[in-house]
This record gives sequence, structure tokens and C-alpha cells, in this order.
Amino acid sequence: MKVLKDLFRDYRFCFSFGVLVIILTLAILSFFSPYDPTLWNVVPKDTKPSAEHWLGTDSNGQDIFWQATFAVRNSLIISLIAASVSRVIAILVGMIAGYLGGSADRVLMFISDSLLVIPLFLIIVMIAMMVRKFMNLALLGLMLSAFGWAWDARVIRSIILSLREREFTKTAILSGTGTVKLVLNEYMPFAMPLIFSTLINNISWAIGLEMTLALLGLVNINIPTLGTMLNWAIYYQSMFLGRWWWVLTPVVLSLFMFIALYWLSVSISEYLDPRTRIQRVGAQ
Amino acid sequence: MILGGCLARPGFSQISEVVAVTFFKRYLIPRLISYVLVIWLGITVVFFIPRLTPTDPVMRMIGEMRGRGSTMEPGTMDDIIADLTEMYGLEGSWLDQYWAFWGRLFRGDFGVSFFQFPTRVNQLIFTAMPWTLGLLLTTTVITTIFGNLIGGVAGYYARKGWSRTLDAVAMVVRPLPYYIFAFALLVIFAGLVVRWFPTAGGASLGALPTFTWSYIKDVLWHSTLPALSLSILGGAVTFQTMKLIVQNVNAESFVQYAKLGGVTESRIVGKYVIRNALLPQITGLALGLGQIFSGALITEIVFSYPGMGMLLYNAVIRGDYNLIMGITLFSIVGITTAILVVDLTYPLFDPRVRYY
Repeated sequence: MKVLKDLFRDYRFCFSFGVLVIILTLAILSFFSPYDPTLWNVVPKDTKPSAEHWLGTDSNGQDIFWQATFAVRNSLIISLIAASVSRVIAILVGMIAGYLGGSADRVLMFISDSLLVIPLFLIIVMIAMMVRKFMNLALLGLMLSAFGWAWDARVIRSIILSLREREFTKTAILSGTGTVKLVLNEYMPFAMPLIFSTLINNISWAIGLEMTLALLGLVNINIPTLGTMLNWAIYYQSMFLGRWWWVLTPVVLSLFMFIALYWLSVSISEYLDPRTRIQRVGAQ
Repeated sequence: MILGGCLARPGFSQISEVVAVTFFKRYLIPRLISYVLVIWLGITVVFFIPRLTPTDPVMRMIGEMRGRGSTMEPGTMDDIIADLTEMYGLEGSWLDQYWAFWGRLFRGDFGVSFFQFPTRVNQLIFTAMPWTLGLLLTTTVITTIFGNLIGGVAGYYARKGWSRTLDAVAMVVRPLPYYIFAFALLVIFAGLVVRWFPTAGGASLGALPTFTWSYIKDVLWHSTLPALSLSILGGAVTFQTMKLIVQNVNAESFVQYAKLGGVTESRIVGKYVIRNALLPQITGLALGLGQIFSGALITEIVFSYPGMGMLLYNAVIRGDYNLIMGITLFSIVGITTAILVVDLTYPLFDPRVRYY
């Protein structure tokens, strides 16, 4: 509880918390939607926001508010799959490289360095082109996770490198603790806060990349996500026809989402860093 | 990027020959080896993508051609299949294909574009490249100079009001993806709110590329929004990191000593603090180039700017796999080379690397 109280002293944390609660509510609301998101022409086309349709309707004859709830839910699903799977890869690579060292370390770090340097966006576009026919939420999430781990694996490796030299490692090894147990029980608690902060950044990255792929038409555009909503709005020229309620819904939602996720991760990592925490909480 | 701390060690002998040999052995050669290895890995990945995914690229092409409603004689179809198979290098074992693939790369041959048949991929890339290169160079220079300068000064005067305001702005801009930010600028300055800038293109329709002032003005006017979008996003990152580094340098004793010794503040900021903080920023620039490049591609798509991004967009829309492969291979080599160049300029800024 005390941790939460300290975190809420930061206006950025309060803002992010509020926005994320709203986003999650939207995602949950999608389960109570009166409309099927895959059906077209269920409501009158292109009407302005009104009491009946809170955010108006689009040129496909769908209610934008309820469409947006599905979009938020699906974008969250993709990004959570991508972020959690890539966390597992990052933790494994980071721990193996950090703990074993030697040539395993060199090979793994060479791969992650290369992933940082190569224009990954183009590689992802190439793969998306080839699997376009089979594209769905889970596959997209897994595809993004295959490329999102490089930087975080480096960070985790550097933590393990410093932990390996600490006194308690020797104590644990001499008292007969196995490698797996040592890493999981002794090292993980140290790395956990940092892994959580990289998880948030990775969610944000995955949502952004999904939107970019949707712009290129490389995802299934009949599944509503923040990206495909915007794609349809651009496709029907809604910006130039003055249908601002349509084009602005995904843009504003994603703007708030990106800012909230970034501020959350900054706020948490500042709290975790004892030097900056003292400025906020004061010495106690 | 990969700098041994050993280079900074003062040596016994000051003979320049020894210095040069150490520099080659400890810095240049490992750096060149990793350069070659990264390119090898990237190109190998590109080679395997169509071979490990379940779609047969040739059959996919034929399917798309049929989908477009072109009917052809059975004989012609077989010819086309044989042609495409040869073009993709799909004959023989994987090892043979791999050799053939490298052979083609060394000849600088990326094949033909299918949907702008028979234009060669090379030619399309070379027409589009100047636009992207111009945009990237301009924005990288603007970002590096202004981001570091403003970030440095803001870091030195971290407690002033304007410094905090800039920090708050960077906090909002930093997390936005290139796509959303470019789109927001487009909506505000070329669409819904005001119409100060053109919505699309690199120059007015029908304008002939000549070296006249009116044409250059036209190009600049069209590139303002894309360049602004890239510069602000890149600048926010540079600003934030620079500010943080300068705040750390500020706390070091040599800065305190200079202050006590009566050195003017402008001299401390310009000569001591910013110069020291710049070194990690050069490494940061090298690491970020790939990201900046991807961002430029996406920004071009949003503004329909006629560079490599737009070429990629058209290739994706038309299913032109060969063109996408050409763009990717070209970019991998281009970016790793650019990073190598930035890394090799590092000794110019850090005298410790230069003199042993």
C-alpha cells in the first residue's frame, strides 16, 4: 500500500493510471456491445455524434463508439501477446548470456546487437507479406515478439553480470543450489522491477507497430484494432470529407494510450531508482 | 559502438607507429569484422524469410496475377512460372540457392519489379533514394545540432522554468510513434484546422526538376511537414538524453572547479560540459540510425512523399515482393555502413581514442 501511495504522488502516475483504467473499461465494455463488429451496415452511415451513437457512425455503417471498444481490446490482446512472449525470450537470452558468459554470451549478444542495427521494420513487413493470408491477432503478436526482445535482453544481461559477482552467489553455489534455482529464486527478484518497466515499453511499441502494419494493409483489416480503424477512416477520406469524429477516435485514443504507457514506465523507473526516489518521497 | 577501455590507457612509448597499429588492431579491425557479420546475418535472414514461411512466392505471384483478371494461355503460364522460379533463385538445393543469391547481390542485381515490368528494382530504388536521403540528412543534422544544443543548455540550467517547460513538452512528444505524430501534423497543418502546407507529394504536379529557385522553393515547401515531423520526434529524444547526461556532468568536480576559478558560464557550458556530454550522444546516434530510417519510411507514407517509403508502400499494395526484397537488402547495407561511418568518426571527437 505504501508503495502505491508514494507512486500516486507523481502527477504522471495519476494521469497514466486514470487513462489506463478508462482504456481497460472500454476493452471490457466490448463484451456488452449491442453490435457485431464484423457486420456492416447495422446502423445509418456517416451520422454525427448523437445521444444514440455517442461517437457517430462510419461509412461502413458501424457504430464508432462500440467499434472503438473492440479496437482497444484487440490492440491490447496483440500487444500483450507480443510483450509477454518477448519478455520470456529476453529473460532467457539475458540470463543465459549473463550467467554462462564466454562464447554463448558473444553469439547471443551479436544477434541482439544485429537486431538493434538492422531496419527491423522492413524485415517485419517482408514476413507479414508472406503470411498475409493466415494473419490473425495471435500470429501478429507472436511475430512482433520475435523481434522485440533485443534491447531488453541486453539490460537483463547487464543486471545478471553484476549479480553474478555478488557475495550471495558464491554462498548459494557453495551450499549446493542448482543453477536454475539460483537464477529463478535469487536473481529474478532483482530483475523483476526492470522487466516490468520494459514490459510497458514493449506494449507501447507493439501497439505502434500494429498501427503501422495496418497502414500498409498488412493485417486482417476486418478485425477492428486501433490501426485498422484508422486505416478505414483514411481509406474513406474521412479527414477531407469533414468526418472528424471517425478519424479522430483512433488517433486520440492511441495518443492518450502512448503517453499514458510512457509516463507510467518513466514514473515507475524513477521510483525504482533510489537517487530519484528521494527527491519525490523524501528521506524516511 | 564497441570501444575497448584499453584504448584510453597511456602507453610507455609515444611512437605514432605503435599507436596506429594498436588503433587498427583493437578498434578498426573488430569493428570491420562486426560490420561484415551484421550484413551477413541480415541478408541471410532476408534469404530465409520466403523459404521458411508456408507460402510459395511463385504460386502467390501467379495467384495475384490471376486475381487481377489477367487470363493467359497454359503455355505462357508455364513460361512465367519458370521465369519467376529462376528469378527467385528457387532452383536446386538450399545451398545452391544461397550461393546464387549472393552471386546476384555481388553483381548488384535485385531483379525486375513485377508490377512496373520491366523496370529493374535498382532503377526504382535509385530514383526514390535522393528524396529519402535528403529528408534523412536534413532532419538528422537539425536533430543533432538543435537537440544537443538546447538539451545541453537546458541541462545546465535544469532548475529554470523554461527548461522544465521544454522537458514537459518532450515528455509528451517522445512516446508518440512516427505514424501518429506525422498524421497529427497532417491533420492540423494541411487538413482540418488550417491548410498551410500541401497534403501529399514531393513537388507540385507537373513541376519539372530543374535548378531554378521556384522549383527548389516548391520542393522545400512540400518537404516542410515531413521534415518537421521527423525533426521534432528525433529532437525530443536527443534533447532528453542530452539533458540527462549534462545534469550528470554538471555534478562532476571539474565543473565546480571551473566555476570557483571564475571561468565564464558560457565557456563552461560550451567548452567543457557540452563537449564531454556529446561523446555518448554520438554512440546513441549510431545506435538509433536504423530506427530513424524506419521512421522516415513511415513518415513518407503518411505524407505521400516520393522516397523509398512510398516505393515500399506501393510495393506492398501491389504485392511486389522482389521490390520489397530489394529495398530491404539495400537498406541493410546502407544503414550498417552509415553506422560504421559514424563509429569511425568517433576518434575525431574523443582524443583518448586517437592518441592511444
